[in-house]
Amino acid sequence: MTITPEKPLVQIEGLHKYYGEHHVLRGIDLTVNQGEVSVVIGPSGSGKSTMLRCVNLLETISAGRISVGGQLIGYREVKGRLHDLKTKEIAAQRREIGMVFQRFNLFPHKTAMQNIMEAPVQVKGQSKTVARKRALELLDRVGLGDRAGHYPNQLSGGQQQRVAIARALAMDPELMLFDEPTSALDPELVGDVLNVMKDLAKSGMTMIVVTHEIGFAREVGDRLTFMDGGVVVEAGDPREVLANPQHPRTKEFLSRVL
Amino acid sequence: MDNHHDRHAAPVLNNAVPVRHPGRWISAIIIVGFLAAFLQSLFTNPNFRWDVVGTYILDTKVVQGVVWTLFLTFASMVLAIILAILLAFMRQSDNPVFRWSSWTWVWFFRGTPIYTQLLFWGLATVLYPTIVLGIPFGPAAITWVTSDPTHGLIPAILGLGLNESAYLAEIFRAGLKSVDQGQSEAAEALGMTKGKIMRRIILPQAMRVIVPPTGNETIGMLKTTSLVLAVPFTLDLTFATNALANRIYLPIPLLIVAAFWYLLITSLLMVGQHFIEAYYGKGVDNRVPAAVNPAAAKAAAAGAPSAEAEPDLKMDFPEEEAK
Ligand SMILES: Nc1ncnc2c1ncn2[C@@H]1O[C@H](COP(=O)(O)OP(=O)(O)OP(=O)(O)O)[C@@H](O)[C@H]1O
Ligand SMILES: [Mg+2]
Repeated sequence: MTITPEKPLVQIEGLHKYYGEHHVLRGIDLTVNQGEVSVVIGPSGSGKSTMLRCVNLLETISAGRISVGGQLIGYREVKGRLHDLKTKEIAAQRREIGMVFQRFNLFPHKTAMQNIMEAPVQVKGQSKTVARKRALELLDRVGLGDRAGHYPNQLSGGQQQRVAIARALAMDPELMLFDEPTSALDPELVGDVLNVMKDLAKSGMTMIVVTHEIGFAREVGDRLTFMDGGVVVEAGDPREVLANPQHPRTKEFLSRVL
Repeated sequence: MDNHHDRHAAPVLNNAVPVRHPGRWISAIIIVGFLAAFLQSLFTNPNFRWDVVGTYILDTKVVQGVVWTLFLTFASMVLAIILAILLAFMRQSDNPVFRWSSWTWVWFFRGTPIYTQLLFWGLATVLYPTIVLGIPFGPAAITWVTSDPTHGLIPAILGLGLNESAYLAEIFRAGLKSVDQGQSEAAEALGMTKGKIMRRIILPQAMRVIVPPTGNETIGMLKTTSLVLAVPFTLDLTFATNALANRIYLPIPLLIVAAFWYLLITSLLMVGQHFIEAYYGKGVDNRVPAAVNPAAAKAAAAGAPSAEAEPDLKMDFPEEEAK
């Protein structure tokens, strides 16, 4: 369901990341077009989370560039030199990028409704009335219209993750990042979350999804990237890559997860 | 045994004979016996001098002492809390000078007895008769002559507050550390600024860990104020009752007066602590959903401002608990 014209929203070029001596990302290139769902798979420790966290500036970038919507992430370029952005400017860039975590990370002292309202009110300065109305719409959209007053500890894992998705959507981001959103869930709860993500993809949201759900990649993905050891090993149309992997490491990985 | 299988008939109750606990009965009788003997002595032992207790319990000096003790507790806790917040943040800082000075502060004030510290503060004007503002080992810009017009009040508050800040700093640090890293990451990912993340996300959660020991520290502080005679500061409850006792040569009834007031205040503090703990426990201790009035929710959805769905509190945090 690629949307034309193909306009790159996210461009990752030559991304490297070191943790001390540990070279975790070794030159990642990845382009995501507007409205595309880009699925990233790979074995544990291959650097998938680290890559997502770099896009959102939760990690500093050791080398390379990331731009979202034509805007360089984390830096300002002056006369060919990069300057770190101030924390306020970084916060502003993050508003355009929603992130959903493996472990939900809902605010436990706030109800589902308050979790969703928090950023629109505190960051965008929306009025509470407007934010509340939007929060209820979003809760309905993720199928939790009747759970507005529940605290996270009164919700199942799948419900919490759907609230987390609604919370990210409340900021109207142009890009959504998902870091293994269903890995912490009981199998019977995975489907509800994936359905919300499918609807989101249909609505035209640009998404980068790190997941082990191969079915989701095949059905919803516009592009599949296989990462291993901090590099992109293989990328292409999900159905082709899954049916006919070229690289031996991709073959080996798929034979284990399929 | 037909009714065993018939779901509609009332079941035959087991009525098992419970295990007897003779030990419990014996020990209970012993405790009640001692208690009765003690109570009897309270009424019959003339040395308690309840008449004197009654005379002095609302004595002006005593009531003033209570007020001063409360003021000392309050002022030194406020000072300690402000310092401790600073110390806890410094301890987490990227700046090694901040981390190191915070650590040294805690090391020093925890490592010396409060009584010694209070003596020192009382002698501060002797130790530093002048304070000079200028470059160390260089020329002086401004010079003050130190004096204490408050008759020991400021040294007492400084002594109590600085000492306490070291303990509170550790409590606050543990509280901040207890909040999962994912919380600030989620808030950062939403574009919240550092200050807002601290005030609205981290602190309200850390409070759950911070409040109970801070309550205990407050109760401890109330009793530690009795040491301010080291400064010397001579208006607190313990000093006042001691002075009265020395005047009339009856220490016991005045000790009772002091104990009564301390107990009364700590009991009130404990009640307050209970409510604060319940407040910050929400989202962790609660298992009942906050009721969202469906009509109010609908109204909110329709765009009408509604006070019921989420009453807005005036405080910046923590706010809006749906009632
Ligand atoms: N904060 C950190 N400090 C040091 N090393 C880290 C840190 N975070 C991640 N790493 C290392 O970076 C490597 C990549 O981690 P990352 O979490 O990106 O992998 P992943 O592909 O997301 O794996 P998984 O599927 O298990 O989530 C791992 O070897 C990990 O140990
Ligand atoms: Mg990961």
